[in-house]
Amino acid sequence: MSDAAVSPTSLSLARASAQKPTRPWLAWIAAAIAAVFALYFVFSLYVAGQTLWALGALILFGIGFAIYLTNWSAAAKYTFPGLTAIFIFIALPLLFTMQIGFTNYSSNHLLSFDRATAYLLEQTTADEASLHEFSLHRPSDSMLVAVLVNPKTNEKFKSELILNSSGTSPIPVVSTPHSLGDGLSIRERIAMRDYVQRLQFALPNGEVLSYAGLREFAKVSPVWKQNADGSLTRAEDGAVYKPNDKTGFYESEAGDRLTPGYTVNVGFANYARMVSDENFRGPFISIFLWTLTFALLSVFFVTAVGTTLAVILNWEALKGATIYRTLLFLPYAVPGFISILVFKGLFNQNFGEINTILNALFGIKPAWFADPYLAKVMLLIVNVWLGFPYIMVLCTGLIKSIPADLYEASAIAGAGPLTNFFRITLPLIIKPLAPLLVGVFAFNFNNFVLIALLTDGRPDFLNTKVPAGTNDILVSYTYRIAFKDSGSDFGLAAAISTVVFFMVAVMALLHLRMMKANQEKR
Amino acid sequence: MAIVTGKKNRWRVWAAHAFLIALIAVTLFPLLAVISISLRPGNFATGSLIPTEISFEHWKLALGMSYMGADGKLVTPPFPVLLWLWNSIKIATISAVLIVALSTTAAYAFARLRFKYKTSYLNTMLLLEMFPRVLALVAIFAIFERLGAHFPWLGIETHLSVIVAYLGGVATHIWTIKGYFETIPQEIEENARVDGATLWQTFYRVLLPMAVPILMVVFVLAFIGTIIEYPIASILLREEPNLTLAVGSKYYLQDQKFLWGDFAAAAVLSGLPITLVFLFAQRWIVSGLTSGGVKG
Repeated sequence: MSDAAVSPTSLSLARASAQKPTRPWLAWIAAAIAAVFALYFVFSLYVAGQTLWALGALILFGIGFAIYLTNWSAAAKYTFPGLTAIFIFIALPLLFTMQIGFTNYSSNHLLSFDRATAYLLEQTTADEASLHEFSLHRPSDSMLVAVLVNPKTNEKFKSELILNSSGTSPIPVVSTPHSLGDGLSIRERIAMRDYVQRLQFALPNGEVLSYAGLREFAKVSPVWKQNADGSLTRAEDGAVYKPNDKTGFYESEAGDRLTPGYTVNVGFANYARMVSDENFRGPFISIFLWTLTFALLSVFFVTAVGTTLAVILNWEALKGATIYRTLLFLPYAVPGFISILVFKGLFNQNFGEINTILNALFGIKPAWFADPYLAKVMLLIVNVWLGFPYIMVLCTGLIKSIPADLYEASAIAGAGPLTNFFRITLPLIIKPLAPLLVGVFAFNFNNFVLIALLTDGRPDFLNTKVPAGTNDILVSYTYRIAFKDSGSDFGLAAAISTVVFFMVAVMALLHLRMMKANQEKR
Repeated sequence: MAIVTGKKNRWRVWAAHAFLIALIAVTLFPLLAVISISLRPGNFATGSLIPTEISFEHWKLALGMSYMGADGKLVTPPFPVLLWLWNSIKIATISAVLIVALSTTAAYAFARLRFKYKTSYLNTMLLLEMFPRVLALVAIFAIFERLGAHFPWLGIETHLSVIVAYLGGVATHIWTIKGYFETIPQEIEENARVDGATLWQTFYRVLLPMAVPILMVVFVLAFIGTIIEYPIASILLREEPNLTLAVGSKYYLQDQKFLWGDFAAAAVLSGLPITLVFLFAQRWIVSGLTSGGVKG
């Protein structure tokens, strides 16, 4: 193997190319199947009115086929799946979040304009006068009969049904004098609801009845009629509702709104709220400050505990350092979602172990979850427990690389362990440690899991319009706005996320720059 | 170190031992307490660390068995822990396999092939990986909500959506595998090429068999990374039978219904295997830590 880098000879090239098309038809069949699937995917998106998404998917599939069916680039064949996954699930959501931040996307504005309009146009009302009682009967196992009874005239109609017929045309019913006895139970009817909902019956007089409830069929008419200018008219009273693209609702002259609304662009409205809305700004700023404090204090304590332990465990006079190190590493090995929840139980005010001990020793029972400051202290304690092994392991590695003669020299000069630490160890490890600490800071700045599982941000601020927790950090706050409280204001949450993106981007660039600077020095 | 140690050092050693033992006691207390609590009868029991009265009621519930309570009532499991564990393992295994496949092929290209903008791709990947995905939750939710409207098998409340959403997290793994590939001498592959192997054959038949250890490590890392993932799973899965352990465990400790003992048993049952896997893989994980990954 020592004769390095033998370039392929023309002979081997010829052999390679002769070997390549082993079973070309198999590859083509696979490609054809993939193409059919891809086209189906794109087409269904397009039909559903998601034109942009369909176009994006089409381009992506196009690139994919171009890469695998031609010999344009061998590297692309290997990188395409991975890079595509990163693009779709990391980069695209980032961009999409920024876009959502400019809209009013929320539980009241969940649908696109077309889907909201279609939803309204599908709304129907039943005509009371034409209401017929409906029952299903099964005279024999293979037979299913529908019976309609006019409650006023007591006229009975019946028709035999064919299950699973997908026909949409009204089924003619004939008048019948006989009663068929008891029908199917309510449970059986519910089980068949999907089928029954699609049924329509034509009465002998030509009236067509549609599903109007589990027990009723009636003449059904749409609630809304669409006008040429895009407005909707209520059939019942002729009231006109026009789409208002500023608010994302169909609105009447008087300002009455129809639900559901639809998603519209609201420009910088979400950002304006962060700055100018008095009710919102107060908690937002304190949450931001707590996020910074939490991340900084976490880094500080974690580093203090972690480095101290690393230094002590690297001391040669100390026996059994490996056992200590393994045991101290345990908090890092336990899955976070379990250890955080364990702490949630241990810190419980009334029967948590921690308060039991504190009560026995000092006679106090701190309200860890009800008091905002104690909750913050608790979050920091738990976070240090979770995080110090990471720093300990990192520092151990860094300290091992410090040349031993430095300590020998200092021992000759008569220096104590503290002098050693502050004059030799710390200055030497701080440089390579710094970028990693920036990483730890960024991680804790967005340490959603800890907040979500331990306190959920509670206790809440009093007197705020948008509910906010006193120990929420920015990400848990956005999660709450988007997924917890009834409003589900995705637009606002996305706008806050976008602001956090830029903060994280600064940290990330700082981290990369420091990493690079360290590598160049080496 | 050839340093003469004096008497002063001896008490320092003792002090260090005392300090470390005290710290380990504090550190391990929560873990030991939870084991002890899982064995105490009742959900509100307090007591010493070594339980005076051992009861397996919580363990029975965690394993999906009912038991007869003291008052003669049948106590049924509050949550399907084993189902959640199965969901978690299923999602984590499939995601990890796919992540290994995606990152191995990409890493091969980055380590062995020459193409334009290679360094830019690598740096962009690193930068993107630093953005926590918690920030894009709204978008991830919106994407799957819309996809689900047309393709129900890929919508909210499906495990496939969670698996697919996890596939983006390959950047650090690509870096790890790439680093390993670069330590393998290239000559072996070149010889294979000379002997007429295609690019795919050199990758699949020659390089991969030599890289099995790193593939195992990346698999374990990806497996742990996905099995403990909370944010994405919590927005995509909400119905009880669909939940993963990370999402479901939370429901044991609600303010109105604090099932402390039942939680403890479920936590030990599900946490122990993951912890053991992590400790087993610790050696490789620690070497990966220095490259800047922080576990959740």
